[in-house]
Amino acid sequence: MRTPLAIISLAAALLGASLPWPAGAADAPAAASAPATAAPASPGATAATGPTDTGILGSPEQRARYHRLAEELRCLVCQNQTLADSNAELAADLRHQVENQILAGRSDDEIKAYLVQRYGDFVLYRPPMKSSTWLLWLGPFALLLLGGLVWWRVQRRSRAAQAADAARAAAEGSDLERARRLLGEQ
Amino acid sequence: MIAELGQFALALALAVSLALGILPMTGAAMGGATGARLMAVARPAAMTLAALAILAFGLLTALFVGNDFSVGLVASHSNLSLPLHYRIAATWGSHEGSMLLWVLILSCWTGAVAVFSTSLPLVLRARILSTMGLVAAGFLMFLLFTSNPFDRLVPPPSDGRDLNPLLQDAGMVFHPPLLYMGYVGLSVAFAFSVAGLIGGRFDAAWARWARPWTTVAWCFLTLGIALGSFWAYYELGWGGWWFWDPVENASFMPWLIATALVHSLSVTEKRGTFRSWTVLLAIIGFSLSLLGTFLVRSGVLTSVHAFATDPARGVFILAFLAFVVGGSLLLFAWRAPAIGNGPGFAAVSRESLLLANNVLLSVAMAAVLLGTLYPLVLDTLGLGKISVGPPYFDAVFYPLMAPALFLMGIGPLARWKKAELPELVARLRWAFAVSVIAALLLPLATDGFRPMTSLGLMFALWIAACVVVAVRDMLRGADGRLSLRRIGVHPASAWGMHFAHLGVAVFVAGVTLVTSYESGRELRMEVGQRIEIGGYDIRFVGLAPITGPNYDGTRGVFEIRRAGAGDAAPIAMLSPEKRVYRASGMPMTEAAIDRSLLRDVYLSMGEPIGERAWVVRAHVKPFVNWIWLGCVLMAIGGFVAAADRRYRRRALERAARALPGGQPA
Amino acid sequence: MRAMRFVLPVAVFAVIAWFLMRGLDRDPREIPSPLIGKPAPMFSLPVTHDLSRAWTPEAMRGQVWLLNVWGSWCSACQVEHPVFNDLAKSGELPIVGLAWKDMPDNSIAWLRKLGNPYMVVVSDIKGGVAIDYGVYGAPETFLIDQHGVIRFKQVGPVTRDVLQNKVLPMVRQLRGS
Repeated sequence: MRTPLAIISLAAALLGASLPWPAGAADAPAAASAPATAAPASPGATAATGPTDTGILGSPEQRARYHRLAEELRCLVCQNQTLADSNAELAADLRHQVENQILAGRSDDEIKAYLVQRYGDFVLYRPPMKSSTWLLWLGPFALLLLGGLVWWRVQRRSRAAQAADAARAAAEGSDLERARRLLGEQ
Repeated sequence: MIAELGQFALALALAVSLALGILPMTGAAMGGATGARLMAVARPAAMTLAALAILAFGLLTALFVGNDFSVGLVASHSNLSLPLHYRIAATWGSHEGSMLLWVLILSCWTGAVAVFSTSLPLVLRARILSTMGLVAAGFLMFLLFTSNPFDRLVPPPSDGRDLNPLLQDAGMVFHPPLLYMGYVGLSVAFAFSVAGLIGGRFDAAWARWARPWTTVAWCFLTLGIALGSFWAYYELGWGGWWFWDPVENASFMPWLIATALVHSLSVTEKRGTFRSWTVLLAIIGFSLSLLGTFLVRSGVLTSVHAFATDPARGVFILAFLAFVVGGSLLLFAWRAPAIGNGPGFAAVSRESLLLANNVLLSVAMAAVLLGTLYPLVLDTLGLGKISVGPPYFDAVFYPLMAPALFLMGIGPLARWKKAELPELVARLRWAFAVSVIAALLLPLATDGFRPMTSLGLMFALWIAACVVVAVRDMLRGADGRLSLRRIGVHPASAWGMHFAHLGVAVFVAGVTLVTSYESGRELRMEVGQRIEIGGYDIRFVGLAPITGPNYDGTRGVFEIRRAGAGDAAPIAMLSPEKRVYRASGMPMTEAAIDRSLLRDVYLSMGEPIGERAWVVRAHVKPFVNWIWLGCVLMAIGGFVAAADRRYRRRALERAARALPGGQPA
Repeated sequence: MRAMRFVLPVAVFAVIAWFLMRGLDRDPREIPSPLIGKPAPMFSLPVTHDLSRAWTPEAMRGQVWLLNVWGSWCSACQVEHPVFNDLAKSGELPIVGLAWKDMPDNSIAWLRKLGNPYMVVVSDIKGGVAIDYGVYGAPETFLIDQHGVIRFKQVGPVTRDVLQNKVLPMVRQLRGS
């Protein structure tokens, strides 16, 4: 038993040593932030007006908040991507809005409310908790309880069957004795 | 000519499949000499069906290879400058073509079942093949009436519109065939269940026969989903590998049920219990495959995956769904009460653990189904439009799966019928201790305590440690020493199981580590600029225009070094590309990835800003390849288990002949 | 009663199938506007034909009017433009154009080529006003009543059918009351 323990601990140590230690914020200076656009191409096409992270956010906390928010918001044009991943121009505009609002000190909830006010709940990938979504959020938990109930009932029925088997075996003797009897009677 | 021949082959196949669907089933109900004659139709009909499907598919492939633009499908999905291997792949790169691929694989599996089922009672065999024939008939009707791949285009254009650039890629070429092998394989278990319900018999032979087919289907489904995820990772350019997109869910739900089914079948085979469960899981598994087909092609849900949608097709598939799924579930409601329960088992036993496994996987599937369909439900009821995305699914799925992961360690070690809890605890307490301690220590060793990381790692290490304990006990002889010669003592199904579970551990470790420790930036980079990410130094050294057979674009050249390596030789050169495909005008990102078992360095180009600057996405993803490696290990384990001698008739007969007396077993 | 649980799967399937059937009629990509029944967001934008002048929706108080979001880069806008030209000729309903993410020179050139049905066109170059109105693709058209409340939103081109059967009846109703 000691050998497997040693091996696994060694493996864990190796894993730890090989992980890339998170780098500091040692990025080479990015160029000027605000994307200057000439005549924008049609919104909804692939032209992005600039990097998702335009660089106006200073602190890592702000950038982390921005990324978290952008990952939870839905792009309304390419509707199967997050706001963070979409190349659509409207997505770039909205990302810029989010950055500006973070800088202005708004909370995550306020920023989400800003977007929901304009685009509805569709823009949130995390469905809000309201009366129409109770079933959605509580459903899995309810299903788990239901599953547990099913497991319990099948268990009980099965244990009852097992007890009946055991009772019958006790009455008729073991299988070996039954076999002997049957053969003897033949 | 070829197109008309292909269409004729399909029409003939429809006739054969209808005959296959109706005659043997009727014969099984009739009995007697006439009944036997009707049932004898099954085998030749199934093989004819397979031959006709192969013919039709081969003809369509020939049309694509020859670039016959008078056929509408070729004109929309091929191009004179499309390389040969992609012209072949374009055969299934469209709705109609992929449906024909479905039919091909379904027909071939039906033929295979016909060939390999001679040891089954004739009545059961006839019913199974009839059910599969009916399913094939439904798909063939769908093809011929709403999605004919052989439709002509008049007048024929001089060049085609080209295959969707997203599909011009090896991963995408193999993803549909693997997935369909899985879906169609589930139809075998489905047909088995329907046949069993009609006949009323569910003995151990029934389960033993269905098991390898279902396991193989599960393996293909695993590989198909893994390949889809792998492809999305390197092709879509944003470094993600699972998005809980409706169509991803549509393939994942059958997988969850197929996993439960594979486990449930083992109980039914070994102990004769769980019969209703197994039957129901088989029906639901295939139903989910059909539901997935519906979701992708009907336009009911938005998805990056959706084919050109057409509500008329949606209506047809829905009607088909109602007939097949509704019909089989009605049959279940009617006949299942008579199936009976079989021998009992104790509260702590392998059966009860596998029952919990069944329940957890089913609940997880139901949760995914709920999240996928909920926007549709609310919209239909006029309650507005919402989105249900990764935040929901992640929040719901992981807690549901966690108990199953924990049980995965214990299950294989628990005895059938009645397991001794103290014995299990004694055997596993070290495994438990090691996994908890290592899981806690690891994040602390890097950058501090992370509860979620530790939890994920704990499960991965727990499963792996339990496998180690089990394998060690399997290799331990009577003298207490480990010996590799004892490998042959245990059946392949046991080794396959442990290997597959180890694959799960690798998968969980990969997901946990990459989610916890990945780093990335998207930013504007000029040629000559360098950035540091995740412990790596990335230097943008050059830009060059490129030309391909059917695309033009730009390639960026980057040097990768370890952070702080200064000007030492780079450990890798990466060249991501941004392409525009000429025929369609569609832009495509080709990410460049430096892969290794321990991490990926991932670069992709976004958009150009001026002459010398581009938006670049750079990621470092530790252990991301463990995700797909884990899936491959799972599939290998499954194949090994399915190859167990017990399932192979010839092997059985050989073994029987070796017995004294030479009597068949 | 014991047989009840065997009926559960087919019952659940029937419910799912019903929703799927109803879903075939719906467009999953269309986003309903949360602004219907709410006051139209206030803004002040430069007039496209005279950028030194600013225009606000206050100017339309007391009238029922259409706000049409378009752009010279938008091909679908060309599809609906004849409908608006005819509407302007009939004089039944004033239309205000919002040139979205469009340089004024391009907007003016486009209108010169295809006709100008708008009583005034304003330029939303940065796109902020469009966001306030929940616009996610052009063209989109809003029907706003005399009190400045948004009553109807059309996502996509306004066809003659939509105009005759949805917009104009609502306009008459609003004016009548």
